Amino acid sequence: MSETNEKGLARLERALRAGAGAGEDEAAAAAARLVERADAAGLADVAYATVDTPLGSMLLAGTDRGLVRVGLPRETFDDVLEEISARVSPRLVELPRRVDEARREVEQYFEGSRREFELPLDWRLITGSFRCNVLEVLTKVPFGEAITYAEAAERAGSPRAHRAAGSACGSNPIPLVIPCHRVVRTGGEMGGYGGGVEMKRYLLKHEGWLD
Amino acid sequence: MAKPLPPFQAFLDEHRQPVLSFLRSMVGPDDADDCFQETFIAAMRAYDRLDGQHPRAWVMTIARHKAIDHHRARARGPEPRAEPPEQASPRANPGADAPDPELWSAVSELPPKQRAAIGLRFAGDLAYAEVAVALDCSEEAARRSVHEGLKRLRGRFAETKEAA
Repeated sequence: MSETNEKGLARLERALRAGAGAGEDEAAAAAARLVERADAAGLADVAYATVDTPLGSMLLAGTDRGLVRVGLPRETFDDVLEEISARVSPRLVELPRRVDEARREVEQYFEGSRREFELPLDWRLITGSFRCNVLEVLTKVPFGEAITYAEAAERAGSPRAHRAAGSACGSNPIPLVIPCHRVVRTGGEMGGYGGGVEMKRYLLKHEGWLD
Repeated sequence: MAKPLPPFQAFLDEHRQPVLSFLRSMVGPDDADDCFQETFIAAMRAYDRLDGQHPRAWVMTIARHKAIDHHRARARGPEPRAEPPEQASPRANPGADAPDPELWSAVSELPPKQRAAIGLRFAGDLAYAEVAVALDCSEEAARRSVHEGLKRLRGRFAETKEAA
């Protein structure tokens, strides 16, 4: 008797689960409306989207101040998003509209119709005054040119700190837009790159600095 | 040091489906979306206070309160509607294979605590420990509410089947 009771309850549980489902599509649509609403309410501190490039997908994240982080194809975007969540704000949502201008400029860069980015930047992930100075220097190195780590250090005000200049380039949170790929070793060797040396080579060829 | 919060987008993606299902079980499909929006806006405002132990139970607690607010607002409204009509609408339970539309409609007639417990457990897909957090009661009491709700539903369905 109690066994049939238990069976009856189990069947009822299954029927409840089967009948309860809001579909995943509906939930996704509701979530997309939520993100727009959160943005309208000023709750979306950071918005991000991905953009396709010849080198793979890149991630662009921006705040109300400007572009705060660029994720290169070689990076794991979940890790990048967690980093932003921890260091900028966890109120981080996927909202392509908010980074439209950055997406457009990155696409134009890879198409060859743009040589300079005209994007406001949010520097808050760049810590330390020397790092800041080095990256500031890099923003003034034009498309098609490159400087050495020693030159970067010198222009940043510490001529002997070429290693620290290298480390500043390596920690650049907004690569491509702050062009740390335009810094090479004395003697013309590539040097390292967060997105991989192949990507650095691709960018320098694309800009005509390398054949 | 506390574990850092996941990006809100990841939190939303992980919980959106069970939260929407739970809200449908509480307020019906027509009003579930409004409650869903209010739930996650409130969750986003309070996100810093998420302790990370039971994130799903935490957001379900907010959802349950939004559903209760919704029922109160409707009870005060100019044209209080009878409880189950929207559950009987064709959009009530889309997607699932041949679900019984009357079943969730019968859930809406259970006493509030049993209804919430059943909704959290089977629509929200929570473990009993999480149902307990969301209902602010012991795990034992959560189990009891679900069990009593199920027994009552079974009784009701036995009656209707016999009548038919």
